[in-house]
Amino acid sequence: MHQDHPEVFPQRHTMSASGGGRRALRVGLGGPVGSGKTATVAALCRALRDEVAIGVVTNDIYTREDADFLLRQAVLAPERITAVETGACPHTAIRDDISANLEAVEDLEEQAGPLDLVLLESGGDNLTATFSKGLVDVQIFVIDVAGGDDIPRKGGPGVTTSDLLVVNKVDLAEHVGADLDRMATDAAAQRGGLPTVFTSVARGQGIEPVAAWIRERLARKAAGAA
Amino acid sequence: MSAALLLLADGRFPAGGHAHSGGAETAVAEGRITDAATLAEFCRGRLHTTGLVAAALAAAATAGADPLALDGAADARTPSPVLRAVSRRLGRQLLRAARAAWPSPALDRLGAARPRGAHQPVVLGVAARAAGLTPLDAARATAYEAVSSPATATVRLLALDPFESAAVLARLGPEVDAVAEAAEAAARRALSEGLDALPAASAPLLDIGAERHAAWPTRLFTS
Ligand SMILES: Nc1nc2c(ncn2[C@@H]2O[C@H](COP(=O)(O)OP(=O)(O)O)[C@@H](O)[C@H]2O)c(=O)[nH]1
Ligand SMILES: [Mg+2]
Repeated sequence: MHQDHPEVFPQRHTMSASGGGRRALRVGLGGPVGSGKTATVAALCRALRDEVAIGVVTNDIYTREDADFLLRQAVLAPERITAVETGACPHTAIRDDISANLEAVEDLEEQAGPLDLVLLESGGDNLTATFSKGLVDVQIFVIDVAGGDDIPRKGGPGVTTSDLLVVNKVDLAEHVGADLDRMATDAAAQRGGLPTVFTSVARGQGIEPVAAWIRERLARKAAGAA
Repeated sequence: MSAALLLLADGRFPAGGHAHSGGAETAVAEGRITDAATLAEFCRGRLHTTGLVAAALAAAATAGADPLALDGAADARTPSPVLRAVSRRLGRQLLRAARAAWPSPALDRLGAARPRGAHQPVVLGVAARAAGLTPLDAARATAYEAVSSPATATVRLLALDPFESAAVLARLGPEVDAVAEAAEAAARRALSEGLDALPAASAPLLDIGAERHAAWPTRLFTS
């Protein structure tokens, strides 16, 4: 059993030059380097692209690798994928100074819209990096079992406050000696009822609960807007 | 000195500057910045060329010159297409932050007239006016940005001792003030004589470096 953050679509002061109107649900995906954020974005695109219009913003630290990977995988049409350069400081670009990311989202919606869903992948950072509420409506934090099964216990803003915690690469658990039960117990204790999902995205396992969680958010947004 | 100036000039003001190196990334890669002494030389060169021009544009905007005419004057003084695009992008980002901080019809009008972004110094000048600052304040903030951006970036690029970087900026302080005063004087002349009276100093190596930098496949900073 779990509960969600009460305030799902906080008031935003994005001060865009263009006017308001319909806009997509913005979902941030954060987490350490290599935990599987890009793989999760790709899997979510495949799971949801026939139902809703999706755009993706990647934040690459010093290349366009993630955007290029998604383009190569052809998970979306090229005009639906855009990259933001974060200037050596990925957490600044999603939290302290979100202007470049806001612009990327607005430009995507203007040029490829109307969109229902925009997925923003942060440049991999440490466990304290979270998205500003001025940038995203909800955020998913992606960690993996190989990063150490004590990460949920250690907590930190990503683990404790993200709207959905994804623990990826469960296929590696036996190889790295990670105790999944303990991770689940620790996550539950840290997150005060917020949901956690275990996945093996590269093996195509576990993405459906994540996709369902996003569908639920989309439905809520549609209901709120109606 | 007003607190609004401190906010506008604060490197943490959320206007996109953190992703840019002011040309330092190219200069480091090409061996022109290697330590505190060469960083100081680089900053001095930038301050007296594009720094002066930007500060004068900003001061003129704060003094009430037509922002769209100034935007054209900025284009004419920015030969590198890459740097023109960078300046407009930073202008767009600064406009968003400034509209939140100091709501004003002048900022709204500028955003409506240049939805893809006006040149950053022009936006800064209009924002300074909206914040109740003077043309000299706007020139100071802009001239300071001309040196603080490469100095901050060099701390990350070279792992330069941050105290040395701060000392470089402190030693450049009097020159920054002098450039700001010259820029403000030029802005005043431009109000009576026309925008051609604004300085047009340039730094070809910054222009060439920016064009090269934009073609790198891998980089830490956007410019
Ligand atoms: N074994 C395993 N590898 C995975 C899984 N998900 C992603 N990977 C691999 O982990 C590496 C990093 O994934 P990526 O999505 O690029 O991580 P990001 O840095 O968080 O975006 C890649 O080599 C992926 O193929 C998984 O569920 N299991
Ligand atoms: Mg990635």
